[in-house]
Amino acid sequence: MSKIVRTVAKLLTPAILLFGLYVIMHGHITPGGGFQGGAVFASGVALLIVAFGAGRVEQFLKEHQLSMLESGGGLLFIGLAFAGLATAFFYNFLVGSPIFGHVPAFGPNPGDIWTGGTIPLMNVAVGMKVIAGLSAIVLVMALASSKQGEDE
Amino acid sequence: MDALTAHSSILAIAIPLFAAFLTPLVGKLGARTRNVFVVVVLAFVEFLVLVLARDIYANGIHLYTLGAVSPSLAIPEHYMVPVRIVLEVDGLGVFMGIISATVALAGAIYSISCMKHETGQDRFYTLLLLLTVGMLGIQFTGDLFNLFVFLEILSISGAALAAFRTRFIDAVEGGFKYLIVSTVAALMVLLATGLFYGQYNLLNIAAIADVMQYTALDKIALALLIVALLTKSGGVPSHWWVPDTYTPAPAGTSPMIYAATLACMSTMFRVAFTLYGVKMSVATIGWLIIIAGLLSMFVGVTMALRQTDVKRLMAYHVISQGGYMLLGVGVGIAVLGDPQALAAYGREAVAGGLFHVMNHAFFKGLLLLTGEALFFRLGTRNLNRMGGMGRNMKWTCAFFLIGALAISGVPPLNGFASKLMIYEASYQLNPMLTIIAMMVSIMTLASFTKVFQSAFTGPELPEYKEVREVPLSMKLGMGILAGATLFISLFPSLVVNTIVYPAADALLNQAGYIGAVMGGG
Repeated sequence: MSKIVRTVAKLLTPAILLFGLYVIMHGHITPGGGFQGGAVFASGVALLIVAFGAGRVEQFLKEHQLSMLESGGGLLFIGLAFAGLATAFFYNFLVGSPIFGHVPAFGPNPGDIWTGGTIPLMNVAVGMKVIAGLSAIVLVMALASSKQGEDE
Repeated sequence: MDALTAHSSILAIAIPLFAAFLTPLVGKLGARTRNVFVVVVLAFVEFLVLVLARDIYANGIHLYTLGAVSPSLAIPEHYMVPVRIVLEVDGLGVFMGIISATVALAGAIYSISCMKHETGQDRFYTLLLLLTVGMLGIQFTGDLFNLFVFLEILSISGAALAAFRTRFIDAVEGGFKYLIVSTVAALMVLLATGLFYGQYNLLNIAAIADVMQYTALDKIALALLIVALLTKSGGVPSHWWVPDTYTPAPAGTSPMIYAATLACMSTMFRVAFTLYGVKMSVATIGWLIIIAGLLSMFVGVTMALRQTDVKRLMAYHVISQGGYMLLGVGVGIAVLGDPQALAAYGREAVAGGLFHVMNHAFFKGLLLLTGEALFFRLGTRNLNRMGGMGRNMKWTCAFFLIGALAISGVPPLNGFASKLMIYEASYQLNPMLTIIAMMVSIMTLASFTKVFQSAFTGPELPEYKEVREVPLSMKLGMGILAGATLFISLFPSLVVNTIVYPAADALLNQAGYIGAVMGGG
């Protein structure tokens, strides 16, 4: 791609990735969540692929690492659900605990991120899975199409 | 043990889901460890389903509320949502659960040797476990939206499995067709769910059934649900994807995709009996399902007669035998509004249809596995190029005979028992139904005689002189299903009374299903 695209991509990518992580972490108090944030993050990866080519991105983002991250996200999500099994599957056992355990007062508040119990952690798990899954899809498709270009 | 019983329904879904994500990591430890891991997980799932069954037959409907302080707190206090997300397992759910878990176990064991030389086995077993999750989830859930989610899990993993051996062009075609059909069907289910949610602000099946008004929107939702689930269960006129998808499905997965198809069919019964019940025009819907059943039987078997591909022939019988189930249960729906007829033959018709679901899951699963065994050893599915395999593959031949005789309804095998129940019950509604059903049964026998004659009998062919019996794990996989078939054949009344009639009664007892969630039932 042209120098303009690469320069803008360099400037924008960190902001896009950071915004993706923000949407994931604030999923339980603002619109968004694991899937949406993960999709934003993966779109940053897609921008890198468009700007610099799949070959260069692949040098530091390997498919097998992504699939490990994806499995990890899935395991974390179900693991959290299993952790509540002493009461019920998916039971929110972190409410009242030091981790994300605040119980906000009824009514509007400016937004306390330290609430929600297992929900933010599950958002993180979904975010991991979506980041890895969507990035892997974009990367594999870009690699396949760039190889096809070489054949022709 | 009490805690295990209380959590058995969710564990049966959650453990294979957990294991599915763990499989790629376990796969790093070696193929053998991973295979043992998958089989142990599925054996444990089977155990959980049996624990759940014992609980349900002793204590009635099993309700499990996710994330609640107590599993029975389906209706929350101080909370915006009217009904929480629940699993509600009744006689029908656990009946289908036993079938799905058994077929999944047999399919996984069968796959070990069969898939030995394929690439990407970690992914194969991940998908296999996810398919099990989908099958069990769709049976156990009490929530329409979750039903859609499990339908998607089932469809996507099934499509990926059907297309798994991408080096065959027909595998890609079959997987793609299954994916498209499933996606369209799932979106129709989603639209129907949206129609209910818009009207009643509810997603729980029991809660919707409780307040169902049968408005024009509900009628649209009914049409969407019946069409979508009939498509997913391979009934005529939307049967065309079945042969294309089943024929190339690798190793032990075709019986599992079949069990998934049956899971969708039982969901259709759930919609008709539990969600709508007598509020819909039962005679119209019942006769529609009966006619779809008759067409499925006839079209399926006549198409099967002329096939030369052994698995494709069996896949057409999937359509044809599915017609018997639709006929049996359709008769039950048609007389749902008439208590006298229902007691006289409706209940037996439903039980016969469901009994055939179980029998057919086992013996058709067995037949599909023998077809795959022939392909595994000979490298062809073309019947015209086979012959004399009864000499070299004695076990496969014996398993095939059990399956073929059972599917043709030859006494004393279990196919006869369930078909007899359907014949007797449907005769009382309309004798023509029974005559068509019997004729189809004879044609079934004819087409399986053809397979037996071309594949297993005849002189030894020089090119297949070196062919040996399939490896142990494949024999074991077929053995499980053959054992189940023979067990039901030997003790039909025991099986019918213990698990089939409770399943039929669960369908007919709409008030019980609603009451378990809403209370006061």
